[in-house]
Amino acid sequence: MRAPWSDDRAERTLGAVACLVLLIILGMVAFVFAKAWPSFSHNGLSWFGPPAKGTVDDQLGNIFNSPADPKHYVYELGAWPLIYGTLLTTVGAVAVGLVISVLASIFIVEFAPPRVARVMQPVVRLLAAVPSVVYGLIGILVFVPFVGNHVTTQREKQSVLYVVQLTGSSLIVALLILTVMIVPIMVAIMSDALRATPRGWTEGSAALGVNRWRTVWTISVRAARPALIAATVLATARALGEAIMLSMVSGSQGFAPNPLDGLTFFLEPTRPLAATIVDNAEGLSVKPFGQTIYAFAAVLLVSTFLLSLAGWAAKQPLKRYGMGV
Amino acid sequence: MAVAAPRRAAVETTASWRPLDRFALWLCWGAGLLLCLIAVAIVVFMGYKGLQYLQPDLLWTRPQSSADQSKSGGFLDPLIGTVLLTFIGTAIALPLGVVTAIWLVEFGRPAPLARAVESGIEVIAGTPDIVLAIFGLVLFQQKLFAFLSFTAQGDAVFGRSFLTAGAMMALVALPFIVGGTREALLSVPRHMREASYALGKTKAATIRRVLLPAARPGIATGTVLGMGRIVGDTAIVVILLGATLQLQRVDGPRVVGDLRGTGSTLTSYVYNNSPAGEGNAFEKAYAAAFVLLLVVIGLNLVAGRLGRGKTRWTI
Repeated sequence: MRAPWSDDRAERTLGAVACLVLLIILGMVAFVFAKAWPSFSHNGLSWFGPPAKGTVDDQLGNIFNSPADPKHYVYELGAWPLIYGTLLTTVGAVAVGLVISVLASIFIVEFAPPRVARVMQPVVRLLAAVPSVVYGLIGILVFVPFVGNHVTTQREKQSVLYVVQLTGSSLIVALLILTVMIVPIMVAIMSDALRATPRGWTEGSAALGVNRWRTVWTISVRAARPALIAATVLATARALGEAIMLSMVSGSQGFAPNPLDGLTFFLEPTRPLAATIVDNAEGLSVKPFGQTIYAFAAVLLVSTFLLSLAGWAAKQPLKRYGMGV
Repeated sequence: MAVAAPRRAAVETTASWRPLDRFALWLCWGAGLLLCLIAVAIVVFMGYKGLQYLQPDLLWTRPQSSADQSKSGGFLDPLIGTVLLTFIGTAIALPLGVVTAIWLVEFGRPAPLARAVESGIEVIAGTPDIVLAIFGLVLFQQKLFAFLSFTAQGDAVFGRSFLTAGAMMALVALPFIVGGTREALLSVPRHMREASYALGKTKAATIRRVLLPAARPGIATGTVLGMGRIVGDTAIVVILLGATLQLQRVDGPRVVGDLRGTGSTLTSYVYNNSPAGEGNAFEKAYAAAFVLLLVVIGLNLVAGRLGRGKTRWTI
């Protein structure tokens, strides 16, 4: 029989394994940034600006076709249309999703009859479990043709034909499906938090003659603000990183939708950073092109870091309510 | 005799509410029913399409590259790929996650390090899978990891294989396993630990003999949830598994050669057969997506069932 482990040995071994997690993150940051550095250093801050000439897809093409001689690698890039696409899809979906998920969580916790409430939990779980590629498939086979054939009119197609072709792969489809994808994450967190509101608080409010809606809205939702932030952070991270679904439905064109086009704005294609990485995965072996792709990943990585940091900072002043999440 | 409480109206009326409050109530109902409607629509639609296009022989014929859809075969290889990748990912993530959670809950010294590890897990949970995928690519293309994948002429390490993709998939599942284990450990009451110490057991023995068995339902739930995530992930498969139609073996012993080779999973099969990929065979994509959905829903049902069977600790 082997001698049993001493506590010291167990603590050291387990601790060492746990620290592997930190090592992985450090490695991730180091590797991705080391690989991405040439793209940033060649462009400076104009990396984040609009493309100097042509479209961002032209620039990516030039990088892909750059000469084999390392001295003549092309790196010129203005990634603004892609960043703008990421911002549009993420902020849009999270804003719409936040409203829907707050209302839905209130419904589940407070107003749904017990029988309906019992159904809601599996519903939310199911929506959260559907893989993004299935959402993407439904989007590209159902919604994209529908928007292309029935929603987009000839006049709208003509009006922007000089810059972009409207095929149905559009911002609106991307927003719609992305919202459906992030709402269940938010509902799961928020309904837990609403349920955890101390009973005395809501009963106190009810005893003062406040109706149920006002009680929920002014007591429970306020008490659950840390959860609101946590849910928003998680959902934003999911939306930022969603690559497959967006690459399927958002049109795979590095085009920046123009709000001045009125409602046509929603029918214009776009392509967020994450989807750009998937679409161009074949080019990773071309050195300057691969470095550019890694630069996109680096931007995503930093944004998710900043996001968790912002969520943490936003939760700090709420700690005194004693309803930590 | 107790005095009976005054009877409450069976249905609370909202007649006294202000119009705005009543409107808000309707919005709540609307949002809740909308979610139900979407879920039902997805299930009915995918079920209908799946049953329409899924022929049993698709499940056991190998995919062939052919423009003619009657000759392009089924998705046996992607099915095997899904099982294999899930297995590898779970096999790596399970020990790593359980050990990390035990250390966090039971030891957690020095405190700043424990907090760093905790936020590290959160960071990994928040990192997009696509970033994990291309991080894996640059990591495993190092010479050091050449044994995990296939090496092309001129010493270029390919970096794409079941082993490398499985390692990154482990990171996808890790936060779920750590979370499940952590919660289970935290819910084991103090007196269980104290009883074990009182019997003269060391901390290490207590963890192994008392805490791990007690936390098993939580560990299982977290693991199954993590497996669901692995099964549903596409980006890592597309970039790090090569998403080749058939399993591509690398020469070497039978199993090792397969694991070092590339392949595809159901998710990448759906992706490649959708209009977004080159296959463009939507019938096959629907059929595979239906199977994928069944697997994922099945895993979630299992997780739900495991979570419900929690041991009670009340004396």
